[in-house]
Amino acid sequence: MVKKIKISINGIFVEVEDGTTILDAARKAGVIIPTLCFHKDLCIAGNCRVCVVEVAGQKRLAAACATPCEEEMEIFTNSLNVLHSRKQIIELLLSEHNADCTSCFKNGNCELQKLASDYKILKQDFIRLVPFKNYTIDKYSPSIIKDDSKCIRCQRCVRTCAELQGVNALTVAYKGDLMKITTFFEKPMNDVVCSTCGQCINHCPTGALVERNYIEKVWDAISDKTKHVVVQTAPAVRVGLGEELGLGQGVRVTGKMVAALKRLGFDAVMDTDFTADLTIMEEGTELLMRLKAVLVDHDPAVKLPMATSCSPGWIKYIEHLFPDYLDHLSTCKSPQQMFGALAKTYYAKARNLDPETIVSVSIMPCTAKKFEAARPEMHDSGYRDVDYVLTTRELAIMIKQAGIDFMKLDDMHFDRLMGESTGAAVIFGATGGVMEAALRTVYELVTGRDVPFENLNITPVRGMDGVKEASIKIENPLKEWAFLDGVELKCAVAHGLVNAKKVMDSIISGQANYHFIEFMACPGGCLGGGGQPIPTSPEIRLKRAKAIYAEDEGMPLRKSHQNPEIIKIYKDFLGKPLSEKSHHLLHTQYTARKRY
Amino acid sequence: MTTSYQLKRADFIFKYENDWEKILSKCISRTPQELINELISSELKGRGGAGFPTGLKWKLAAEVVDATKYVICNADEGEPGTFKDREILSMVPYKVLTGMAVCGYVIGAKEGYIYLRGEYFFLQPELNKAIREFEYYCKGINLDFTIRIFMGSGAYICGEETALFESMEGKRGEPRNKPPFPSSYGYMGKPTVINNVETLAHTYTIFKYGAKRFYDLGVQYSRGSKLFSVSGDTPKPGIYELELGMSLADFVDEFGDGDTKAVQVGGASGFLVPRKRFDETAIGFQGKLTGISLPTGGSMMLFNSSRSMFNVLDNYLEFFREESCGQCTPCRVGCQQLLMGIKAVKRGEKNAKYLDKLLRLTETMKLTAKCGLGQSVANSFSSIVENFREEMIY
Amino acid sequence: MNPVTDLIKSLADQHGRSRHNLLPILQGVVEQEKYLSEYSMIEIARELDLPASEVYGTATFYSFLEYKKMGRYIIRICKTITCSMKGKNQVLLAIQDMLKIGVGETTPDGTFSLLQTNCLGFCHKAPAMLVNNEVFTDLTPEKVREILRMYMNKKKEGGSYDN
Repeated sequence: MVKKIKISINGIFVEVEDGTTILDAARKAGVIIPTLCFHKDLCIAGNCRVCVVEVAGQKRLAAACATPCEEEMEIFTNSLNVLHSRKQIIELLLSEHNADCTSCFKNGNCELQKLASDYKILKQDFIRLVPFKNYTIDKYSPSIIKDDSKCIRCQRCVRTCAELQGVNALTVAYKGDLMKITTFFEKPMNDVVCSTCGQCINHCPTGALVERNYIEKVWDAISDKTKHVVVQTAPAVRVGLGEELGLGQGVRVTGKMVAALKRLGFDAVMDTDFTADLTIMEEGTELLMRLKAVLVDHDPAVKLPMATSCSPGWIKYIEHLFPDYLDHLSTCKSPQQMFGALAKTYYAKARNLDPETIVSVSIMPCTAKKFEAARPEMHDSGYRDVDYVLTTRELAIMIKQAGIDFMKLDDMHFDRLMGESTGAAVIFGATGGVMEAALRTVYELVTGRDVPFENLNITPVRGMDGVKEASIKIENPLKEWAFLDGVELKCAVAHGLVNAKKVMDSIISGQANYHFIEFMACPGGCLGGGGQPIPTSPEIRLKRAKAIYAEDEGMPLRKSHQNPEIIKIYKDFLGKPLSEKSHHLLHTQYTARKRY
Repeated sequence: MTTSYQLKRADFIFKYENDWEKILSKCISRTPQELINELISSELKGRGGAGFPTGLKWKLAAEVVDATKYVICNADEGEPGTFKDREILSMVPYKVLTGMAVCGYVIGAKEGYIYLRGEYFFLQPELNKAIREFEYYCKGINLDFTIRIFMGSGAYICGEETALFESMEGKRGEPRNKPPFPSSYGYMGKPTVINNVETLAHTYTIFKYGAKRFYDLGVQYSRGSKLFSVSGDTPKPGIYELELGMSLADFVDEFGDGDTKAVQVGGASGFLVPRKRFDETAIGFQGKLTGISLPTGGSMMLFNSSRSMFNVLDNYLEFFREESCGQCTPCRVGCQQLLMGIKAVKRGEKNAKYLDKLLRLTETMKLTAKCGLGQSVANSFSSIVENFREEMIY
Repeated sequence: MNPVTDLIKSLADQHGRSRHNLLPILQGVVEQEKYLSEYSMIEIARELDLPASEVYGTATFYSFLEYKKMGRYIIRICKTITCSMKGKNQVLLAIQDMLKIGVGETTPDGTFSLLQTNCLGFCHKAPAMLVNNEVFTDLTPEKVREILRMYMNKKKEGGSYDN
């Protein structure tokens, strides 16, 4: 049992477990201590010194985030010493920060701005350091813009990139006044191992790291009468968008979101969930084909385990770090890109539109999707399949710009043809969701029966453990799949690239013998994506996940192959999964990239 | 009891003694507890500048149960105006090596490292020779202890003990949060004793001559002798072993050029004492002697009346602006603001009152910086600006 | 194979391939090459299975681990207080005048690079400088010119004993 200790904070007595930091103890006592470099997702740095507090008997102030409580500690978070020092530290940070707030993308959602506002640093007469530094803005990445003049060196991005993602595209370099956050040899983010996942953006307290935004482009398209603008929305957007628009965390806003998109003037509002269901059909079939090729035909060219390919951050990561293992990736495009390819073919044909006039926009919880849409191979429709990718945050900005009172909107439905979806598609937004959706369909395809889990909820692949494992034994399959009788289908789910690396390492070392693995670049899956509302934390992600699973439970259809529009597209257009047309439009190949 | 604050020379450190084998053998025939008690009763305090009681440091590390522990000799002598450690390592390396091995025996460490600053690269061949001979002897007396040199690469901050560990672990030399302290979580996360070169050399004196001999030198709270690196406007720059507790006036009598305007005690991170305070200032550790008492790593820089205190401060601040590790706000931004601030005042771009804002900033830096360096960089600023304000302004 | 690759492999064999062996390996490359090129850092990262950015971030922390191409002899003149007081600037001017380069520059023939550095620990013999790892103290313009001439001759002789 952990020892309990008694301390007092501003005269309030609290009992905490030994080892609790002053910051956590204060929160327990209902005392808020401001922080900047602290983030619940990350290790303690103790760098910014904003959280300093006074401890009776100690000459110096202690960083609340980094100092463990000791028995009978008397802590003061608001003494004059603390207030003066804290104000001066904020002022120092402002002096090295390009505080041109009105022209900043993060204006209104900046932790430094909030501190400056809370502490009313009205007389800022320290010398402004920014003009003396030779800052450049790195805007070469299609996903991320890095502006060092706004960086306050809290290192949250560096810790994110290393601890959550294991990518280490960002690092701290130099020392003293020259110390800065940068990449290998200060190359543009686009030229290094960056996965474009955008977690650095989600964890940046200021506007030093933001997404490259395409809001103006989309407004232009919408107002261009010669263009037919279609929009698709990813599953995780509907459980995040509300946070940006004044609703609480984990509130589902699917119907309002559709209504808002229609009010914004999109010509067709459809759903990435539709192509998520399609992905399951294609990917599920691909898995079965691979199983057959390996187990029956012993084809050495076909690789297992098969890895999912929905997460473009994960794709770029594996291309950089494990270029020899690209054969393991499912050839399926992500739902976004499947949608894009179909919008300018299937949809265009059905609606009798010239694909040339179609502008395809997607709303994604993700910044890597911006990179993915820009990949040169994503032109299978004969055009760029997805023209603009907006993050959840960018959509919220458009909604505010348009003066839409989001709360007052009545729910609306997605447009037909590519707007129908099942619960299986919705859960793509949570870690384990693709796996669960695939298993629901694959198991039924093979056995003719429902997956053997209560109410179709495959709970072992749910939850926030970094790596999850599940296995399903296939018994009494349909004749066609007789070779799978008795096979124990071994699956794994990894989210956060640092966990993806663990799984990849176990595959390479031969320790693991999975058949099928779901990889998601971001912690929690897409609901914790780099394009989702800021802030993020384990608690927030849990709430969003709960909303996702509630959405699934509320759907009348919960298996991808039941989606009537899916049945229709195969009947009218694609033929069958893995058909020639599918291969052309819905599948892709990968590019080996360099780790160094 | 010694109460006088006169300058008294001592001669222990550099005294040539070729009996280290005997001292080492004698030490390891005693119990670790005896050796710790000996050190504690000598009241030896760390000679790097911070002045932590050495015996207590060893005791704390000895009490932690762990199969792997380390002894590290901090030879990252980077404080401007300090050069004694190099002399110790080149003149009497065996005293340091013996101190390390005894420490290893006391705390239960089998590995020792000397973290040698990159600037002292040239010491390596001779020092390695000494280490090999020393290790050979250890083997002979069945003392399982090895010593390796770890080279620094030009970073002042690595003299801070936790930054030094980070550096040895192949990382940027950025100080860690404390607690945990090195005695429980040091190099590679293992219990570690890290001592300054001179401190280890003093342990040799103590183990050879006994704690009393050492204790009898110096004054209350500041026992023993200490090496002083004397530089600047002095006719006799060099290294001197003096008893602690002398008054600065005596020191200036001995080493000044007759026109001493101020003395910087403790290097760039130390304090500047103006002439009018020489009498009331003593050199030692905590505890009031006469007026103020200044701890020091032994750097004594003298300035005569031809020197501009603005230039002196400007030089120090430029040093810190470059040598701050840059991780914590008060030190990284504070150093830049102090340096640019005094220049702006000098140029008339800021008015003289701005110096008060900067003085307030030094208070914040002292209170909030993450490590000892960040907390002390502002010392020179406040002591110079407070005493020579007019020189800052025009 | 690139000779640097061989050097890095042998350094890694000698020191080990863990993170805590990084500094000695970086130092070994700098001793030989005088600086860490992009190529060297990538090879070190590969050899130690570290992210390249970590190698870069670590190397740039340390003043003696240069990451720009340097001359065969790197002159580091101490600019800290006592050396400054004792005529460092005159010495620096003498060097600049003789080599026709400024601080941070390398002679066109790649023989000398001129840098300023923080306290070398020779305040009692100021001003002081390092040429590679060799220390010179009590410098005067005359003395420093003589020292540079010595290195120039060493270069002409194709001196093998670089320090």
